Amino acid sequence: MTREERGNLIKGILFTSPWLIGFSVFVIYPVVASLYYSFCHYSVLQPARFIGFLNYKDLFTDPLFWKALWNTLYFAVFTIPLGFVMSLGLAMLLNTKVKGMAFYRLIFFIPSLVPMVAGSMLWMWIFNGEYGLLNNFLMKLGLANPPNWLMDVRFAKNAIIIMSLWGLGQTIVIYLAGLQDVPVSQLEAAELDGAKWFDKLIHVTIPMISPVIYFNVVMGIIGSFQVFGQAYIMTGGGPQRSTTFYALYLYQTAFEDFRMGYASAMAWILFVIILVLTLWVTKFSKEKVYYHGG
Amino acid sequence: MRLNLKTKAIILSSLVIFVSHLSGCADKGVSSDTVKVTYWEKWTGFEGDAMQAVVDLFNSRNIKNKDGKVIQVEMITTSQLDRRLLTAAAGGNPPDVAGVWTWLVTVYADKGALLCIDDYLKEAGITEERYVPVFWEICKYKDKMWGLPSTPASVALHWNKRLFREAGLDPNAPPKTIQELDEMAEKLTLIQLPNQKKPVSFYELKTKKNYEELLAAGKIIQMGFLPSEPGWWPWFWGYWFGGRLWDEKETVTCDDAGNIDAYNWVSSYSAKYGVDNVNKFSSSFGVFASPQNAFLSSKVAMEIQGVWMYNFIDKYATGMDWGAAPFPSDHGKLQDVSYIEADILIIPKGAKHPDEAFKFISFVNTQEAMELLCEGQRKFTPLKEVSEGFYARSENPNIRMFRKLAESPNGFITPKIIIWQEYQREIGFATDLIRNLKATPKAALTEARKAMQLRLDRELEVARRAEKEK
Repeated sequence: MTREERGNLIKGILFTSPWLIGFSVFVIYPVVASLYYSFCHYSVLQPARFIGFLNYKDLFTDPLFWKALWNTLYFAVFTIPLGFVMSLGLAMLLNTKVKGMAFYRLIFFIPSLVPMVAGSMLWMWIFNGEYGLLNNFLMKLGLANPPNWLMDVRFAKNAIIIMSLWGLGQTIVIYLAGLQDVPVSQLEAAELDGAKWFDKLIHVTIPMISPVIYFNVVMGIIGSFQVFGQAYIMTGGGPQRSTTFYALYLYQTAFEDFRMGYASAMAWILFVIILVLTLWVTKFSKEKVYYHGG
Repeated sequence: MRLNLKTKAIILSSLVIFVSHLSGCADKGVSSDTVKVTYWEKWTGFEGDAMQAVVDLFNSRNIKNKDGKVIQVEMITTSQLDRRLLTAAAGGNPPDVAGVWTWLVTVYADKGALLCIDDYLKEAGITEERYVPVFWEICKYKDKMWGLPSTPASVALHWNKRLFREAGLDPNAPPKTIQELDEMAEKLTLIQLPNQKKPVSFYELKTKKNYEELLAAGKIIQMGFLPSEPGWWPWFWGYWFGGRLWDEKETVTCDDAGNIDAYNWVSSYSAKYGVDNVNKFSSSFGVFASPQNAFLSSKVAMEIQGVWMYNFIDKYATGMDWGAAPFPSDHGKLQDVSYIEADILIIPKGAKHPDEAFKFISFVNTQEAMELLCEGQRKFTPLKEVSEGFYARSENPNIRMFRKLAESPNGFITPKIIIWQEYQREIGFATDLIRNLKATPKAALTEARKAMQLRLDRELEVARRAEKEK
């Protein structure tokens, strides 16, 4: 390395140092520390005490851990495919050539700008069993006894799934960008070969936007396993713990019960679950995702 | 690239400004002959104003510390104080004084995060005799004192006299037993049946043969009483039936006979009025501090509430004709049962000015300051001695009754169990099952007891191990 190169390297490091320091202090250190604390009895107020795998052992026999995991899986299993169908469907509708399209696109994007807390408060009223807009509508449709959404154990989780479909604006925009990248020439060629709307969708559009789908599915997995805000605000985990999602239980153990070690162990298990699912999707994507560049 | 002197100077001075902002420049505007005590408090609104008046009074007295410096207290209103205090304490930068709930005293004291004030109390000559016993007890954990009360509270039955009159009940005769309460509640519960102009009371409805069918088709529009309203203390019903939540040592007892009786009573409301009916009716209530509050909007005629309720009646249901009396016990066997709470002023370990912090806490506990505070918050005082005119000045018409409840031997406080947060969540869950008739009280409470005993055992085991290593 010449003197000049070394000088450039130092300058380079100096210029990137704010990020390097920030990343080390606010990301690497907490990650490593939480791994260590997951093997400790740690209340934050006292020094951590190493207890080996006890937190992990306790977790596997903790019924609430399994309940929270089940609730989260249920949420993810419905939210990811429903979100995919809804956002792709809406993106396709918003990709048609209709007058005033910019306005429609705006309408569907706006909900994603509403903060989580405000959105949750709004949906609490929509779902209200007595005065709710939704039940009012259902009663007009002829349903005599609509559900008491947030207070009924059979419906509370589903209500949160419905609500999560409301804020799909960001995903729609990404799909829309992908759809606009689908080469018109290929769609026309398919049409000449006699392909109908559905054939074009399956054989041209979806393969061409497969990288976008892959990205959104991975983000969907990460997002749905971290569902927290809606349950924290709207139901507090109830009724009968039907909306105690993984992240909510983790929050309760860490910040209400002062069991940071246990919560750290939970966080690492969540990390492994998300990692495994993402790797699985990535493996699947190698066969199915088509990149224009090869 | 070479930087000229001017550019270097600009970069350097910007850095200095940035770093000085980061460090907070905490003592801005405080001269060297004063000491600033930071005080975190959870109150807002008129309750916050009442405490601020006490802080102002303290500051105006120019009270000095041992070095002759004047102590100035700055009160900072903090939301989610328990969580912020945790991070501040962990970060080694806690406030000098904090106003917390009693459960937090147990947890923090157990984890060594509070300063024990025994020596300070001795030095200042503050003794147990000055206080209504329960409030001294509230501040204790493992025979040591960890703080002093600021304002106290007790809970009682509140009833709506207009609704009593409309139901043909004597508006000045609240129920004396749980059984009387249940009967009155039936008379006060109104059901709107389909195709009928006037609602009918449950008491009347139940005389009909097919009343269950009628009830299912009807809609509750008013209830006499609901154990789930306001729903803040799903764990405490056992105390009116002689139950206890733990033995105050190592055993969880939430499924003792008293508790099972209590939750049988809770579930009787769901069985009587119908789970769906009650849930639907409950979802029509607005938030607590609003005119849509179940009690303030006259939807629920009787409710268990604290000494603070008067303030909300005054604000959101001005002119309401109401009364408050001790909440009745099972068959009236126990007299004056009440949940007693207090806000406690504590000094977190690591506080920069603990001596000065205690000076402030002891000032709040003088009769003058305490009465100013409690009058402002419209509560009673935790001090034994009450000045002449305090009760006369109080706007709360039931203030003496609330104070009497605090003096009752049947008053109970938040259990000083280190897993309290989990425990109350667990009982909340059990109550949820019981209320929805998804489990019998015995089954649900036994499950809760087993889960919580496991948790308590684990905590005790870790504590014992730590003790051994010491």
